[in-house]
Amino acid sequence: MNGFSFRRFAAVLRKEWIQVRRDPLTLRFIILLPLMQLFLFAYAINTNPKDLPTGVLSADHSNYERRVIAALQESGYYDTRAMKSEAEAERALAEGSVLFVVNIPPNFARSVDRGENPSILMDADASDPTAISYATAALSGLTNVLDRDLPPALKTATPNPAFNFEIHARYNPEQLTVLNTVPGLICVVLMFSTLFLTTLSITRERERGTMENLLAMPLRPMEVMLAKIVPYIVIGYIQVILIIATSALVFHLPIRGSLPLLLLALFFFIASNLVLGLTISTLAASQMQALQLAQFTLLPSFMLSGFMFPFAGMPFWAQWAGEIFPVTHMLRISRGVLLKGNNLAEILPQLWPIALFTLVVTMIGLWFYRETLD
Amino acid sequence: MNDFVIDVHDLRKSFGANIVVNRLNLQVESGEICGFLGANGSGKTTTIRMLCGLLSPDSGSGTCLGFDLMREPHRIRREVGYMTQRFSFYDDLTVAETLEFVASVYLLQDPRGTVAGIISRMELTPYADRLAGQLSGGWKQRLALAACVLHQPKLLLLDEPTAGVDAAARREFWDLIHDMASEGLTVLVSTHYMDEAERCKRIVYLSDGHIVTQGAPDDVRRAANLIVFEASGRGIDEAARALRRAPGVESAAVFGSTLRVAGTDREALSRTIAAHPQLAWQEVEPRLEDVFIHLLAERAA
Repeated sequence: MNGFSFRRFAAVLRKEWIQVRRDPLTLRFIILLPLMQLFLFAYAINTNPKDLPTGVLSADHSNYERRVIAALQESGYYDTRAMKSEAEAERALAEGSVLFVVNIPPNFARSVDRGENPSILMDADASDPTAISYATAALSGLTNVLDRDLPPALKTATPNPAFNFEIHARYNPEQLTVLNTVPGLICVVLMFSTLFLTTLSITRERERGTMENLLAMPLRPMEVMLAKIVPYIVIGYIQVILIIATSALVFHLPIRGSLPLLLLALFFFIASNLVLGLTISTLAASQMQALQLAQFTLLPSFMLSGFMFPFAGMPFWAQWAGEIFPVTHMLRISRGVLLKGNNLAEILPQLWPIALFTLVVTMIGLWFYRETLD
Repeated sequence: MNDFVIDVHDLRKSFGANIVVNRLNLQVESGEICGFLGANGSGKTTTIRMLCGLLSPDSGSGTCLGFDLMREPHRIRREVGYMTQRFSFYDDLTVAETLEFVASVYLLQDPRGTVAGIISRMELTPYADRLAGQLSGGWKQRLALAACVLHQPKLLLLDEPTAGVDAAARREFWDLIHDMASEGLTVLVSTHYMDEAERCKRIVYLSDGHIVTQGAPDDVRRAANLIVFEASGRGIDEAARALRRAPGVESAAVFGSTLRVAGTDREALSRTIAAHPQLAWQEVEPRLEDVFIHLLAERAA
């Protein structure tokens, strides 16, 4: 059998395309899955949570204190209640029954009157930073609530606010921002939705018995593999457009760099996922096994990509392992292009590892693609 | 190259400790319809898969269509028409799409024309736009046959092509096979149906990966030296039970209203049936089925 034949490749491609079109489940999967994931993941970003349970520890019962608490309440973000002791407050924060603890220091009123610019310590449960980010952002607007009641000397003398909020982000000092999350989310959602497209393709043929015929025909492994990938690249792009459009419209994703450049980079990323899926498919004995293998690769690439945890905060070995996965690099490209306006030269160092991964995984897949039933 | 389309020697294949094909020698002449018979698990499918290059033999030698079985399986694959035991085309493709797919994969000139030709020849025209998954068993098999002759192979390897197909459809299917053979195609076909075996020019009977007997159906029958007596009437069921263990009797079975008793020892068999004079005995020609059961019993002994 001679080399690659475009006609044979095109024949398999046509067959795959017909099958994709006729499978209503796949079509729903293609549209609904990424959208569902996007909304599920982004739930905390979009919803601007209000009335967050807030404990108040007061060592200074004064007019000023009452005014500050009222202002917190009126902002809509804080639902305050008094705490009896520091221990109780601590426990409530740890249990999650409050997300904030407001610590009014002793002699707060006196310090304000003296112009000492005292701080109110806000302990915040930052384990879910998106949940508290709007509420903490609102604090800076509240530091002038006492201005009307200040002693006359202070009213004119100080340009500084009468007091400050000092936020003590507990449990998650990194505080990932909303902007950081959506570009990463695009990559993660795309990874989930494209990997599974090809994961089942070879095992399905094997389980349905159609592989025997495919093998009996004069087809080269490369022709079959490519033909099984190309339709899903098209589908991958449909998903990309869906995800980016939704992100822009619903989650106010900024696009500071070049969108075509991002789409180009996504081509490599989609290809890497599809090839990985296909290789898993050639290695697995059954569809069930293929799905398990896919999950086996998805989990670490998801965890170590820098999406879940800040990459710089991970231990060395985890960083090293994370560098292998395309999603890690795509995440940086996505953030770079969307948020920092990176150009091609700036994303190139992230692009070639994706291409290399794709190449190596393709080789593995071709190597394990059996041309006989042995 | 010799005159044999299939010419293999000492073919062996095992899966783990299980020897599926054991020292198999097979020669099939050009233009022949060769029937492949044997119980389930006797090695028919494995042999056919080796002959079409889908499985590599552990050892042995030989050629298929003049290509070396060990070194050129990919060339064999391109030249033979192989029909799998299970329908192995896509349920979600139509008849025409399936055939066009196959035609393109074989790089046929004018795939559309070829497909149109085969569709009308196989009388598939009313089903051309039907999804393969919606066809009945007989039409599915016809589609599969059409697909494997599209590229005009010189050799057809058909693995139980009529399993699960009704009698009329089976007969039509075999008419097609005979038509093709008369045009010079060589056909190796496995089957469990004795009426189909009778339609072969030559049959090969396999057991445990061995060829137990082979030849024209009449020769196979004759070579077994089997004597068969038939009786009908009342009391055949009781007689069958009694005769099964009687001397000289290898098998005694009731078919509808007749009892068939078979054995190789004429004297012993005659004496035994003489003990059942209430039945009217009559010697008949052995059937292929009698012969195969006899051969299996002989091997087991």
